[in-house]
Amino acid sequence: MSTTVADLHDHHDDHGPAKGIGRWLFSTNHKDIGTMYLVFSLVMFFVGGAMAMVIRSELAIPGLQFVHPEFYNSMTTMHALIMIFGGVMPAFVGLANWMIPLMVGAPDMALPRMNNWSFWILPVAFSILLSTLFMPGGAPAGGWTMYPPLVLQTGDAFPYLIFAIHLMGISSIMGAINVIVTIINMRAPEMTLLKMPMFVWTWLITAYLLIAVMPVLAGAVTMLLTDQFFGTSFFLAAGGGDPVMFQHIFWFFGHPEVYIMILPAFGVVSEIIPTFSRKKLFGHDSMVYAAASIAFLSFIVWAHHMFTVGMPLSGQLFFMFATMLIAVPTGVKVFNWVATMWRGAMTFETPMLFSLAFVFLFTIGGFSGLMLAAAPADIQYHDTYFVVAHFHYVLVPGSIFAIMAAVYYWLPKWTGHMYNETLGKAHFWASTIFVNLTFFPMHFLGLAGMPRRIPDYSTQFTDFNTVASIGALGFGLSQLIFVWVIVTAWKGSKATDRVWEGAHGLEWTVPSPAPYHTFETPPKARIAGEAFE
Amino acid sequence: MTTHTEERYYVPHGSHWPIVGSAGLLLLMVGVSSWLNGSDAGFYIMMAGVAVIIFMITGWFAAVIGESQAGLYNLQVDHSFRQGMFWFIFSEVMFFAAFFGALFYARNMSVPWLGGSSNNFFTNLLLWQGYESTWPTNGPGDIGGEYTAMPPFGLPLINTVLLLTSSITVTIAHHSLLAGKRAQLAIFLAATFLLGFTFVYMQGVEYVEAYEHMNLKLTSGIYGSTFFMLTGFHGMHVTIGAIMLTIIFFRVLKGHFTREKHFAFEAVAWYWHFVDVVWIGLYVFVYWM
Repeated sequence: MSTTVADLHDHHDDHGPAKGIGRWLFSTNHKDIGTMYLVFSLVMFFVGGAMAMVIRSELAIPGLQFVHPEFYNSMTTMHALIMIFGGVMPAFVGLANWMIPLMVGAPDMALPRMNNWSFWILPVAFSILLSTLFMPGGAPAGGWTMYPPLVLQTGDAFPYLIFAIHLMGISSIMGAINVIVTIINMRAPEMTLLKMPMFVWTWLITAYLLIAVMPVLAGAVTMLLTDQFFGTSFFLAAGGGDPVMFQHIFWFFGHPEVYIMILPAFGVVSEIIPTFSRKKLFGHDSMVYAAASIAFLSFIVWAHHMFTVGMPLSGQLFFMFATMLIAVPTGVKVFNWVATMWRGAMTFETPMLFSLAFVFLFTIGGFSGLMLAAAPADIQYHDTYFVVAHFHYVLVPGSIFAIMAAVYYWLPKWTGHMYNETLGKAHFWASTIFVNLTFFPMHFLGLAGMPRRIPDYSTQFTDFNTVASIGALGFGLSQLIFVWVIVTAWKGSKATDRVWEGAHGLEWTVPSPAPYHTFETPPKARIAGEAFE
Repeated sequence: MTTHTEERYYVPHGSHWPIVGSAGLLLLMVGVSSWLNGSDAGFYIMMAGVAVIIFMITGWFAAVIGESQAGLYNLQVDHSFRQGMFWFIFSEVMFFAAFFGALFYARNMSVPWLGGSSNNFFTNLLLWQGYESTWPTNGPGDIGGEYTAMPPFGLPLINTVLLLTSSITVTIAHHSLLAGKRAQLAIFLAATFLLGFTFVYMQGVEYVEAYEHMNLKLTSGIYGSTFFMLTGFHGMHVTIGAIMLTIIFFRVLKGHFTREKHFAFEAVAWYWHFVDVVWIGLYVFVYWM
């Protein structure tokens, strides 16, 4: 059914999109802003991906072949910053923009102009960050974690790095405020909190995390800036400060940040698996409580990133056990996804394939996380490729696969046309095979002692590195299929309103493609309730 | 929490202010960065950025105030604004939390460790022999040289009284607004921002005193760093709050705000209470204890 009512309003913009570039520059439309976020993130995904290609080319064989070590370090640093702040986070904000108003029956985000601004800060931030590649002293090369004193050796790029981070933080905070206010204030009548779809729930929790930790990151990098330029001693032992203090403040941001990148992914998967299992999500409420528990725990585990810096034994024990505790709510989630599929009438369209791979491969990343959480073992694994393998398993076949699943799942709703399923499946299989080829050998490399962030290595590590590099190249090329599927999505057969047979939720009650304005009046309670049931 | 006072939702039309703001931020960030790197042109780019941002803020607020006065905003929009402001203030709290965290970390961990506590006996013996952990400190390297710590009584105490009083006056102003006593509202609002600006002035006096007579500077080790960063960011927030209060004052004179609808007034009042609470934390942990 269509909720697009006859236009009773006298606002000229209610008729449809504005003409020309103004539509995008001045937009207050959540769908347009969502599209801009998603396109931006795709571009950044390829920019960061190109840097990954440089890294893997250099590491394909031992010895220094293509790039200067300093530039190599810039590549690892920039790859991380771009993928985290430019790739994954904006992708999820884009999905939130597109889908949350549709899922809660709201006409738009609660604060549409601020929404526009939070997007348009990002191109500024990333122009500044990418421009550092061409500066004297090169781009930042001290790692994305920006530990002092190393990061203070950055050349002209240093203040640009700090201010780019500030801008990303401002953008994220405004986006998060918008998400919270939209969810709390704009829900359809009768949609009580526990009736909200899981994607909405996980984003609500994510938004709280963002508001709580992005300002802390801003504080940390501000201290770096003043230490560098204004003579403060925050991270200077001679002045009574401590470089390790930066790590504490940074990881107080950094660990919740990890969940900021995975909780919306949990939400996406919790939408998709029920649809293609043709069953309701198993344990909806326990999913909510699990996500909230994970979010809470994320604030008290940060020092597991820094077991080797030297901290009191009691601290190590606390952070070790608190970290391991996270496995419990995460286990609840994985169990619920599997239980949702149990005896379901399952079909395996591309979004479902990506979601299944997510459950399986994210869990591998979760388990290696548990290994790293054990402080005595971590002292061996710390700063090796095992860590690289771990976080790429949770981020690539974790977060990024969930983003791809979401794009395939909702693309027909966005464009009004079915994408090419054959190519979608090809993209899935190529991505899944190559992602494992890339990152699985890194576990072995790490356990054998290969350090991360080094452009050269001992010859004993050659075989696995070569395999990983081939996998990375294959993964990179596979993503061209993704772009092709998206670009040609407008040529497919017409999508129905419901799109997927087993789909439930308010977003499937509007036409495909979703009209420029939806839910200009609150959806009727009965409809909202039914769509949810 | 969901409120539906009207049949239709309100969605604002497009606006060019966000993109102007982004352009301003680009100029500001590039300008300040190149200035820090030693480029004189950077200073002018930075100031251009500041100008564009001030232009954006005034223009954007003017547009929103105009729309609000035209009665475009329903109760739901009001709720959205309120919740947005609340979470914005929460994010500010977390920003200060980072600096308070640094202060507590230094006082309870890094400084005692440098003095050899816990299992850091050799740190002290081999690296910083003779350094005894104490607070306030400019570190074992005596960074910035001899200094005098800022005493809690005197100016800081006066400032505490000023700010606490201003929190009371803004509350009286709020009650006056609810009671429809416009003259009383204007008077107490004026008292509030005057107290606020007086606070900022006194803070300036304190800084001059610290720099000229006490050799207490931003560069005075961890004590100077935490002292000036915490009080500096706080002072910046008081300045912003006082400016906002002044604007609210002029809006009151123009007859804006009713008993029922006065989001902007309340938002600024919340902000003012927030800077007040931060000050109490500052006074206790930076000046006093």
